[in-house]
Amino acid sequence: MTQTVHTNAQAPSASVPPYQPAPAPQAKLLSLGNIVSLLVLALLIAIPIFSEGFFVFQMTQMLVYATAVLGLNLLTGINGQFSLGHSAFYAIGAYTCAILVELGGVNYMLTIPIAGVVAFVFGFLFAFPALRLEGIYLALATFALAVATPQLLKLNAISDWTGGVQGIVMFQETFDVPVPFGLPMDPGTWTFYLTLFVFAVVYVLALALVRSRTGRAMMAIRDNPIAARSMGISLPYYKATAFGVSALVTGIAGALNAIVIKFVAPDSFTFIFAVLILVGMVIGGVGWLQGCLIGGLAMLYFPNIAEVFDDIVLWVANIGGFADALPSGNEMQQQFIRLSGVIYGVILVLIIYLAPSGAGGLLRAIAGRIKRLLS
Amino acid sequence: MELFLQQVVSGISTGAIYACMALSVVMIYQAIHHLNFAQGEMAMFSTYIAWQMMAWGFAWWIAFPVTIIVSFMGGFAIERVVFKPIQNAPVLSHIVVFIALFSIFNSLAGFIWDFTIKSVASPFGEGPFMGSTLLGKHQAGMIAVTILMLVMLWAFFQFTRVGLAMRAAAVNPESARLVGIRVETMTALGWGMASAIGAVAGILIAPVVFLEPNMMLSILLYGFAGAVLGGLTSPLGAVIGGFLVGIVENLAGTYLGGIGAELKLSIALALIIIVLVVKPEGLFGRKIVQRV
Repeated sequence: MTQTVHTNAQAPSASVPPYQPAPAPQAKLLSLGNIVSLLVLALLIAIPIFSEGFFVFQMTQMLVYATAVLGLNLLTGINGQFSLGHSAFYAIGAYTCAILVELGGVNYMLTIPIAGVVAFVFGFLFAFPALRLEGIYLALATFALAVATPQLLKLNAISDWTGGVQGIVMFQETFDVPVPFGLPMDPGTWTFYLTLFVFAVVYVLALALVRSRTGRAMMAIRDNPIAARSMGISLPYYKATAFGVSALVTGIAGALNAIVIKFVAPDSFTFIFAVLILVGMVIGGVGWLQGCLIGGLAMLYFPNIAEVFDDIVLWVANIGGFADALPSGNEMQQQFIRLSGVIYGVILVLIIYLAPSGAGGLLRAIAGRIKRLLS
Repeated sequence: MELFLQQVVSGISTGAIYACMALSVVMIYQAIHHLNFAQGEMAMFSTYIAWQMMAWGFAWWIAFPVTIIVSFMGGFAIERVVFKPIQNAPVLSHIVVFIALFSIFNSLAGFIWDFTIKSVASPFGEGPFMGSTLLGKHQAGMIAVTILMLVMLWAFFQFTRVGLAMRAAAVNPESARLVGIRVETMTALGWGMASAIGAVAGILIAPVVFLEPNMMLSILLYGFAGAVLGGLTSPLGAVIGGFLVGIVENLAGTYLGGIGAELKLSIALALIIIVLVVKPEGLFGRKIVQRV
């Protein structure tokens, strides 16, 4: 029996604004966006000069996460495909890097592009079955991929390379990332600049891709696959390419992560991590590539949301003058930490209700208001 | 050959777990055309409610129906409170909210009941079923309850007005609304029924796998695999799919040696991908054609 289902059957109700993807970026050299980008870049370059140690490490991690968010956003925001399984491509990048460095003796900087290529191949291959799947089915297939990844990495047959459950400790001889060319930097600062450089290159290339013919084809597929196909755009080719490129960027992020952490292990790449990348993308703004830094920040601080929440409650209580009514600081924080999943979930729901297009949507809304006030 | 039969039978008994889960996955898919990633956590939470009632000294036959009713109302309420405001939002919003629910239930269960493993007694008793060496009493009971649930669901959808209205609301919401069916209530009803079935699944599974907040993630994956294999549009298919997944898992564990046992979750992954590529509508599902 064949059954017909209408697409877009329900008209959007008044309470929920319809989904509006980000507008295609304009190609002007000294636009406001470019100026802001340069300012952000300058700010990032300045970080190790004005701070040190743990904060620099955190910011390095943030850039790594931002790269992963960028990768997922290319797939979801630009091409309209879902993935709950990007932890798998991140893992592929990380393991490629670790295995090449530890067993192959390859220079760790060279492994970053290699990891990208390996992840691209895996992403492209996974895309072929995924091509026939849309929306929820693709989410399901990638969900299965994410859940199976740690188990695949622990496989005995490949444990000579992957180190099995224990994973791989990197840079065992030097204990730290070797700083090349005799640069006068400590390893932490060097990895920060390396990560920043790779992130900036990937970001610029991603923007160029989106503005190119290929990028327009990908966005056309996102907005209306049937119209895109009738205009002669090959759906399999562009969807698989989008999946491959997305995996490539995520794989590069994984390789950077391996270098920054100096360690890879199967249980770092779980379904929870795939969800974290997705959450970072949603908070940054789906389809707004510039939001990846905000997404990276969110990924960095979201797992510790309970502590942040605790600080906010204490702060409000101190201002409101009811701090005495609360349980003692440490006890309350313990309770919040045990409830962190609840806090996390409630914030996610609120984001979907109040700002479904993430930080990007909020910024655009604010900019729109200001423009209207000025004119 | 004896080994093969033995593995098939024991596969059927693990398959009963997946069949229950697959049934609740299909229920929710029928109602909202989404796969609920929080389904497993909701079932886990229901199981904790049942465990808590039994710990307070209620008998199993009181705790069981009360848990089902509470879960039904909980599912209904979640649809009303959480999903009604975003019913026209894009798929991604729904997925994010499912993930949020997943996280909330998981953390809440850990907060209330700790992460220590709890054991749940089987209502069917321990020991072998009718002197058989292959099938335990609990497994036999599980299979019986799953089949009973399937028959009841079939009767509900086939012979009651509400069941007919739910089917109509799922197949064609506009026309259903035009003939006076409250489509939104039907959706909420679907949620309620799905979480009630999930609760049954959870309570039946708990004696086999032990109760703890993270028990459901892999079971949910197998449930999805069963549902996809049988066809997301067919409750009967989902149950058969669940049993098949159990059999495949057991046979792979036996005949593929060490690799089979290590790769249990990957077998589910492979099954899902193969089915979606070769026969996306599943073994018993209807083909869905999109009209331009």
